[in-house]
Amino acid sequence: MAENQKILVCAGTGCASSGALPIIDILKEEIKRQGLEETVTIVGTGCQGFCEKGPTIVIEPQHVLYTRVQGEDIAEIVASDVMKGERVERLLLLDTETQKPVTKMSDIRFFAKQHRIVLKNCGVIDPQRIQDYTARDGYKALEKVLKEMKPNEVIEEVKKSGLRGRGGAGFPTGLKWSFCQQTPSDKKYIICNADEGDPGAFMDRSVLEGDPHSVIEGMLIGAFAMGVDEGYVYCRAEYPLAIKHLSIAIKQAEEAGFLGDNILNSGFNFRLKVFAGAGAFVCGEETALMASIEGKRGMPRVRPPFPAVSGLWGKPTNINNVETWSNIPHIIRHGAEWYAQFGTEKSKGTKIFALTGKVNNTGLVEVPMGTTLREIIFDIGGGIQNGKAFKAVQIGGPSGGCLPENMLDLSVDYETLTNAGAMVGSGGLVIMDETTCMVDIARFFVNFSQKESCGKCTPCREGNKRMYDILDKITKGEGKIEDLDTLENLALTIKETSLCGLGQNAPNPVLATLKYFRHEFEAHILEHKCPAHVCSALLSYAIDADKCKKCGLCAKNCPANCIKGDKNTPYVINQDECIKCGTCLDKCKFGAVTRS
Amino acid sequence: MCTACEDLVDPKEIKLDEIIAKYQNEKGPLIPILQEAQEVYGYLPAHVLKHISKATRIPLSRIYGVVTFYAQFRLTPVGRNLINVCMGTACHVRGGAKVLETLEKELKIKDGATTEDGRFTLEIVACIGACGLAPVISINNEVHGRLLPEKIAGILAKYE
Repeated sequence: MAENQKILVCAGTGCASSGALPIIDILKEEIKRQGLEETVTIVGTGCQGFCEKGPTIVIEPQHVLYTRVQGEDIAEIVASDVMKGERVERLLLLDTETQKPVTKMSDIRFFAKQHRIVLKNCGVIDPQRIQDYTARDGYKALEKVLKEMKPNEVIEEVKKSGLRGRGGAGFPTGLKWSFCQQTPSDKKYIICNADEGDPGAFMDRSVLEGDPHSVIEGMLIGAFAMGVDEGYVYCRAEYPLAIKHLSIAIKQAEEAGFLGDNILNSGFNFRLKVFAGAGAFVCGEETALMASIEGKRGMPRVRPPFPAVSGLWGKPTNINNVETWSNIPHIIRHGAEWYAQFGTEKSKGTKIFALTGKVNNTGLVEVPMGTTLREIIFDIGGGIQNGKAFKAVQIGGPSGGCLPENMLDLSVDYETLTNAGAMVGSGGLVIMDETTCMVDIARFFVNFSQKESCGKCTPCREGNKRMYDILDKITKGEGKIEDLDTLENLALTIKETSLCGLGQNAPNPVLATLKYFRHEFEAHILEHKCPAHVCSALLSYAIDADKCKKCGLCAKNCPANCIKGDKNTPYVINQDECIKCGTCLDKCKFGAVTRS
Repeated sequence: MCTACEDLVDPKEIKLDEIIAKYQNEKGPLIPILQEAQEVYGYLPAHVLKHISKATRIPLSRIYGVVTFYAQFRLTPVGRNLINVCMGTACHVRGGAKVLETLEKELKIKDGATTEDGRFTLEIVACIGACGLAPVISINNEVHGRLLPEKIAGILAKYE
């Protein structure tokens, strides 16, 4: 048995909901029972990234990943792997091509093609222990900055690295910092935008949960460079674990002398507070976010003045998102040249993507900018679930767009995606297959945007509502072909005339689906058919009396309880009560249920 | 000291005053005060908002504006168990709508409503960030992932 083994149990939100927390307790007990407390350490880590296969645990130093681990597997893992070094094969991941179990984590395709900079510590350290962070060179970059560098040199280094804002717009970070630095003022603020509201994106949550000190260190370096002594992390209230870990980290950093007055005897002071958002998507927009911290309704205002000139409480303010801040310590520690070797000419470094939807390996992946969508979805993501055909990838959340199969070889960087009608955005990648209806997806996003519109400007408030009405009509088979022109006109008008990014980008999903999937809209309107069999108004389920074996499995599983029949009479669906969920179709073993 | 009078003071109100006092010297205290008050009362009754207004000298109209702007704040009480149905993109493409429909049928209530017996409140949320396990719901912050409509009844039965 190897000396000083570590068992890393993923305790991120994803694995926790798959049952990871009881596993930690069972594991602790088993280790105690076997008398291994001296040699084996159990670490509850942040997100290891492989949510699909959760709960996941990693045994170090052997670097073995076990997936979908349950309480009853623990005794076997400890007895075989930990004590004898024999792998528990049934819990290892099978290689997608060879179908053989993979023993080394780094050989798993999901991890092999990734390049982890920001996620370096996520899933490896205990986020609730500052010692774990400092043991992996944590706060070394801060030390370097305070002892060896001048504020201007820090900003130059960040500029040289080519880092651009990871929140969506991709503005050069160093340049943004220099604006704030150059505005003279007695008081300045920096803010970390952790209001990760894009549905389908969870990298900021995972970084805060799994490596909160990296964000704090990044902010400290930024504060020093810009001459700021106070900062906020604006985190959405829907992320209780992130808020908890961040608050613990701030307290520990204060106790260790990394936050507060006269940090590391340099004369530099910086205080950091957590502000819990109250649930409004628009607060991801920087001026709305600042209004929210000031205790007001989170409504955006006209820029200029930009926050670098007049921000929080009218003072110069710099806002970056979680992933951006978290890149900073790495850039300072390894140098701008090192960082700039990753990525493309104009988009440097790596980007984290949240891979979700109808893909085999859902989870968090960090890849160099410039990786193609195909590599992310098929090599890392393992392709489409259940052998279905790929239809589209939605990228960039409600402000992004859906791209079809012939665009899969596009390189993922700011310019390429924007030119294609999508955007990097926060980095959510939702994969859609042949069973996803693109009209329904367009309606889904517009519905989201119209609900989240703050109501300040008319194009966004009214325009999105009208777009929703038209799309809703089309999904019910009541659309007219001229509606498509109206939609397009409306979308372009909203884009041009809205005040903030939410409004300006809300029509993107509509424009992109109209551009690449127009035939689906036409099928709904002209043929009254939903090719993907999603839009329930255009569907009906029936049971073929001749094929029905009267087993009753459909009725037993029907959540609406609307299928009647018995041993002697074939089952019949009550069409008035049917919610068109399709459970009967999935459950029937005899192919008696038909969908039309 | 006479202890009898203490019984007449609502302990929640003492808590509320403590919360307000805590943020007395802070800038922009309104949202944290409302969040903590809601923790105490479960929702934000009119008398609480009036009390906050008086103590902080923030006009009631502004407080009402803030409360109705943010999804987190509620003006009506919630049931014993709060169900958040995720309607984020990942959940949507993996059948979140069917999960919602089943819940609505099962509980006989729509989004934002509470069952008559006060057992469940149903709420749609945009994303709880457990996209890898879509479709998901959370009940009292406990996340249930990889859901199927037929699993719903069994899950609900666990909550009294």
